[in-house]
Amino acid sequence: MIEFAQHLINGFSLGSIYALIALGYTMVFGILQLINFAHGDVYMLGAFAGMYASRWLKLDQEPSLSALLAAIGIAMLVCAIAGFLIERLAYRPLRRAPRINVLITAVGVSLFLEFSGQLVFGSDPKFFPQIFRVSGEWSLGELKVNPIQVIVFVIALSLMAILQYIIFRTRLGRAMRAVSFSHELASLMGIPTDRVISYTFMLGSALAGAAGVLVGLTYPKIEPLMGVLPGLKAFVAAVFGGIGNVAGAVVGAMTLGLAEEFLVGYWAPTYRDALAFSILILILLFRPTGIFGKGRSEKV
Amino acid sequence: MSSVMGSGQAEVLLSLKEVSVHYGAIHALKNVSFDVHRGEIVTLIGANGAGKTTTLRAISGLTRISGGSILHAGEPISGLPAHRIVRRRICQAPEGRGIFLNLSVEENLDLGAWSSPAPEDLDQDLAEVYELFPRLKERRKQSAGTLSGGEQQMLAIGRALMSRPELLLLDEPSLGLAPQIIERIFEIIQKINRDGKTVLLVEQNALQALQIAHQGIVLETGGIKLSGRAAELLASDEVRKAYLGE
Repeated sequence: MIEFAQHLINGFSLGSIYALIALGYTMVFGILQLINFAHGDVYMLGAFAGMYASRWLKLDQEPSLSALLAAIGIAMLVCAIAGFLIERLAYRPLRRAPRINVLITAVGVSLFLEFSGQLVFGSDPKFFPQIFRVSGEWSLGELKVNPIQVIVFVIALSLMAILQYIIFRTRLGRAMRAVSFSHELASLMGIPTDRVISYTFMLGSALAGAAGVLVGLTYPKIEPLMGVLPGLKAFVAAVFGGIGNVAGAVVGAMTLGLAEEFLVGYWAPTYRDALAFSILILILLFRPTGIFGKGRSEKV
Repeated sequence: MSSVMGSGQAEVLLSLKEVSVHYGAIHALKNVSFDVHRGEIVTLIGANGAGKTTTLRAISGLTRISGGSILHAGEPISGLPAHRIVRRRICQAPEGRGIFLNLSVEENLDLGAWSSPAPEDLDQDLAEVYELFPRLKERRKQSAGTLSGGEQQMLAIGRALMSRPELLLLDEPSLGLAPQIIERIFEIIQKINRDGKTVLLVEQNALQALQIAHQGIVLETGGIKLSGRAAELLASDEVRKAYLGE
């Protein structure tokens, strides 16, 4: 029972990191019908931005919650700018091009970021500074909880709540939903669709940046190719939840995080990375629109 | 020409001059020229594929024109992106109703006010639309996808009004609706016009459109076949034979 609760906590913590990345995939897909394969690499940029910010601001000398939040804030800002530039320079010129061109470009951007990362940051793993520390563990009876896991989960959840607020309660969010329904129709309302698309990339990328720092906190070794696997898994999570569906991305990511954790804990640790792809294959075979996905038949 | 158009005094609000549109190799609009005078209802009629919707798309900036020019209050607007044209208070309720089925009725209306020149009067504008279409008020929290066809059309028109347009472009508002509802929609179009808005109405339903319009333009395979006062077109043999099924 204790072991079960332990895995549950780990699973939610991992799932919340996947969720932050998956949201960016799903938002960009919702608005452009584009799988932004460079998204996992934006998450990598976030981890490095957090690392350099921590070093330069010497955040690790006084580890605290505010140090952590500062690193997250900087990483989110850097990634928002990166997301803006990626969209502006790589995808916008292809707005009227066939979708396959954009997809290939996305793979190109991904490779560009990965190998530029190796060039600039070096390909050897770097240690993510300890900018947040809690002495010991929190225990609930026999259950020992790593406070970092809890903090990761709480921060991720807060960011998702903010995103939810933006999408459903603000003018920008309404514009995003309008553009995701139809660019043409949104422009007939006077909505500057290109600007809304930029904001969507910035929001999604900022969340990935936060995920980068949170992962640096839990698994403090970062390197330029670190975005590949989590990026793919978050993509699977987004597909699982129904790509384009914000709530679906979160549910899909949590499910994947929990499933991985239980698989590792109870059965076959070596299959951890195979799990996501098995799920992808099953979903694509039996329910390609995802668990919450709706066909786009409503669109005339 | 001016004696035929017969409204020499009113200001020209919108003017198409030799406008052409190509879709690839297809010449969808061929040197189309006409004026819309302030305060009028002008109807664009013709068969499917005659270029009616293309004309509205060109005015709204959704389709690039390949020749000619479009002037609003004397200034060229062809080439402006669609969202900038809405800011000039030229607003379209597009074909197939084109409402945001994923949003609620009220969210649709709020989006209509995106470019309103008087955003502080949003509540008042909303109240006016609800007065015009009480059904929308009853259903304001409902998803727009749950509305009937007639209600969706009312929402499309109401949403266009939220932007406080000077020129309202309506693309086949009667499409797929029951006769009583069509009647109601046409009454509302007349009321909107009496309230001071200029209307450019695209219709396949030539008889009803000409009955409420001041001017009529008949399009055929991308070019203007006939144009003149709506009453005169209604009376002409050519129109009666070709478009009114007599």
